[in-house]
Amino acid sequence: MHDAGKIIAGLMVFIGVMTFPFWYNMGKASPAPEPELSQKAKQENECVEPKSFMKTSHMQLLNEWRDTAVREDLRVYVGSNGKSHDISLQNTCLGCHSNKDKFCDKCHDFVGVTQLYCWDCHLEPKEKELWAVKDANF
Amino acid sequence: MGCKRREFLKIAGLSTLAGLAGKSAYELLAPGELEASQFMSGGQALEAERWAMVIDMKKCSEQEECRDCIDVCRHVHNIPDFNNPKDEIKWIWKSPFQHAFPEQESEFVEEKLKELPFIVLCNHCKNPPCVRVCPTQATFKRKKDGVVMMDYHRCIGCRFCMAACPYGSRSFNWRDPRPFVNKEEGNPEYPTRTKGVVEKCTFCDERLAVGKIPACVEACKEKVLVFGDLDNPNSEVRELLRTNYTIRRKPELGTEPSVFYIV
Repeated sequence: MHDAGKIIAGLMVFIGVMTFPFWYNMGKASPAPEPELSQKAKQENECVEPKSFMKTSHMQLLNEWRDTAVREDLRVYVGSNGKSHDISLQNTCLGCHSNKDKFCDKCHDFVGVTQLYCWDCHLEPKEKELWAVKDANF
Repeated sequence: MGCKRREFLKIAGLSTLAGLAGKSAYELLAPGELEASQFMSGGQALEAERWAMVIDMKKCSEQEECRDCIDVCRHVHNIPDFNNPKDEIKWIWKSPFQHAFPEQESEFVEEKLKELPFIVLCNHCKNPPCVRVCPTQATFKRKKDGVVMMDYHRCIGCRFCMAACPYGSRSFNWRDPRPFVNKEEGNPEYPTRTKGVVEKCTFCDERLAVGKIPACVEACKEKVLVFGDLDNPNSEVRELLRTNYTIRRKPELGTEPSVFYIV
């Protein structure tokens, strides 16, 4: 084998450069965010379904809620724990999780799922505060 | 140990079959994660076979300046006011007789009727042309009560429905409506719409679901608007239709509107 020295040295440099991002960032991973529960959510103790399910599948549940409420006009959800809730993102989900920026946004920002258009129409709690809450008989 | 080609293929085929069958059997028989969960309609929801409205223009014409039904709709549904007729969002509004009923071509129209502003809204047709043309089924007729609904989540803003509706009952959001909603009078429980969707009257589906009649009907002090089940011969609307001469907008088109006018 000719030029073995050059080839091996070249390979080592190549591997070093390719893996640079990995060892440069080693041990510097930012910790997973902890979403904060609002006072009301803490008191409720349990969401519409168990925490583990909500953690992994809240997006599927929200889609199902949306379609069932709008298209089938079934607007009450009975969870697997037997408790019933009105189906409403704006009033039920965010009524309890009233701290969107510390609850939803924390993880969504972390994983980069921020292109949600829910709030183009639905009012988030912060937006609601701008609306004078009148107890009109709507 | 040797394995002939033929035997190898047999074993491979059988194990593939067994694997597939086992997987689907497991999926079929395994308990779902949320087996016990279910969807229901609220206990007090108002129900009907076909919702309809009768509008008594004899009573309405006596209150020329009144806008109670229009204003309450603006407020409960967060309808924006762009202060520009080109962008206007209309759910329930006033339209003069000759525009609302162009097919009534009498040469000599009763003077009182000629310029009379009629209360117009989505007719919730039995045979809605907007539903036929919608490519995404964002607008659809509810099977259970005939309400022509809007699913803003699905609307792609193509505006076929606006071209199809012969009553101009549909409005397009050319711009973000939220900054133009009156926040002092608005309803923080109800969403706004977004730029790029078509909206219209939904017979207050969100109120029917909790046992309330449409806001405009409730707001009218003169009881001009009457809401009820067209398929129930004992309903108030059927009683009015029995005892009064009523007209509908453009009935010759075969859309079968569910809004009737006493003139």
